[in-house]
Amino acid sequence: MIEAALFLAAFSAVATTLAIIVILLSESLVFFEQVSLVDFFTDTQWTIMFTEKHFGILPLLSGTLVTSGIALLVAVPLGTIIAIYLSEFAPHHLRETAKPLLEILGGIPTVVYGYFALLLVTPALQLFIPDLPGFNMLSAGIVIGIMIIPYVSSISEDAMRAVPMAIREGSYALGATRFQTAIRVVTPAATSGIVASYILGVSRATGETMVVAVAAGQQPNFTWNPMEPAATITAYIVQVAMGDLPHGSLEYQSIFAAGLVLVLMTLLFNVIGHLLRKRFREAY
Amino acid sequence: MSAPDVQKMRELIARRKRWDLIFSLVGLLCMLVGVLTLLVLCADMARDGIGRLNGDFFTSFPSRRASEAGILSAWVGTSLVMLVTAAAAIPLGIMAGIYLEEYAPSNWITQLIEINVTNLAGVPSIIYGLLALGLFVYQLGLGESILTAGLTLALLILPVVIVATREAIRAIPREIREGVYALGATHWQAVKDHILPYSLGGILTGVIIGLARAIGETAPVITIGALTFIAFLPPPPVTSEFPYLSFDWLFSPFTVMPIQMFNWVSRPQAAFLENAGAAGMVLLLMTLAMNALAIWVRYRFRKRIKW
Repeated sequence: MIEAALFLAAFSAVATTLAIIVILLSESLVFFEQVSLVDFFTDTQWTIMFTEKHFGILPLLSGTLVTSGIALLVAVPLGTIIAIYLSEFAPHHLRETAKPLLEILGGIPTVVYGYFALLLVTPALQLFIPDLPGFNMLSAGIVIGIMIIPYVSSISEDAMRAVPMAIREGSYALGATRFQTAIRVVTPAATSGIVASYILGVSRATGETMVVAVAAGQQPNFTWNPMEPAATITAYIVQVAMGDLPHGSLEYQSIFAAGLVLVLMTLLFNVIGHLLRKRFREAY
Repeated sequence: MSAPDVQKMRELIARRKRWDLIFSLVGLLCMLVGVLTLLVLCADMARDGIGRLNGDFFTSFPSRRASEAGILSAWVGTSLVMLVTAAAAIPLGIMAGIYLEEYAPSNWITQLIEINVTNLAGVPSIIYGLLALGLFVYQLGLGESILTAGLTLALLILPVVIVATREAIRAIPREIREGVYALGATHWQAVKDHILPYSLGGILTGVIIGLARAIGETAPVITIGALTFIAFLPPPPVTSEFPYLSFDWLFSPFTVMPIQMFNWVSRPQAAFLENAGAAGMVLLLMTLAMNALAIWVRYRFRKRIKW
């Protein structure tokens, strides 16, 4: 009896996944009955709110990829260096204080990060780039990058700490310095875990909503230029949901189609990550 | 080795060791960049918002006039939504964690559940919003209500609670278990009277961290149709007439703190941005306080229970 109840509770995880798939697919199917897949993937305009409607996902995709790309450019170097430093160089007490501190940064509400991007980072960037518009993908991307540093650094550091001490000792015994050991021995041995942290970072960045909704403008814009305003998939979903949304309308179904693309993207990153991890896995 | 060779060696070693120092400094710098930027940003937001933080701000409804607007409906909404989230996520998450750790046979169904728990933790939060919009709001007809929002956020933090429960249970030494069984306890007695009480600290820490995350979530709550302008409170849970308890508040429209902040930050007027700063301060303090509480709970329980 008890066991059955406990099993049902655990099975809710599977039920949730199934429900996500069923809801996204069923609503998207209705959407794709009215919009052809070819238009969806080749049209360069997304103007669902206008009278002349275009349904090309490309502008939303480009917005998502540009902001996530900038975020990675910020988070990957900083996060990796912090992880190497904390794992191989930092004294014990510094590591013990820095880790929870960094994890708290990961817990700050994302809408607060959006406030930072719009009202503090953009004006700061405008000092260097005078003709930067008030809404732009650059500042949103940078702020998302800062936001995901803790994810990257924390998981990378765990991976590096898991490398057996004997391997480090071997390296030191051969006369290598700390830096040489960290870069040439520990980092390669921990590559699998480090890649996993990057994948988690990408997933967070593509799924991030509030920072882009607040700071990047909400106008779909097919561009790869980070200085321009644009909308991401997530920002579009929020924008539509903020308005009055009649159940069963094309707008209503379009957010499910957009959500499906987002899920497939996340899935793709995770599959790539899985393959990379398998490729780099080292067994001791 | 001849003298010049030794000399060369020493130079080489000195050069290599210099890299150690350089990297230490770079590492420290990177960490400071991350932490300091955020401190500066928080300080700046505090400077913008502090002028609005007074008693009226907490007891006023949102208003068209920025100087009269407050977060009453927002913090009441957040509290009620969290109540539903906790009531749904805590029992479900702990039960799932116990099952996976104590009862699950090693077969493909267990593997399937485990893969799903891991994957759900990586699903973007806005997707949970879409799930709730399709399932809770329309299929189950719960409407754009506090109940829907609470259940949505409960699903979102379920993996956090499950993982925390499993880790806490796993940390209990085998001897405890063997001692309990040696005294003739059944499996369920062992779980109920020993495993669960001993892992409570770890579970509680995970629950608090999960709730702290749920408080700040904006996107899924917007997606299910929370309103941004609410100038009334949900019906009170206690009434003067029989049966004195009312659950009408579960189906009331609502707004939450992060949505209120989002609404203000999207407006061009500077006065509303001050409100956004103040709301951001409150939100930030709430999450920081909960994280601090989690750290404190973990520390207390670690001190109390020594194996």
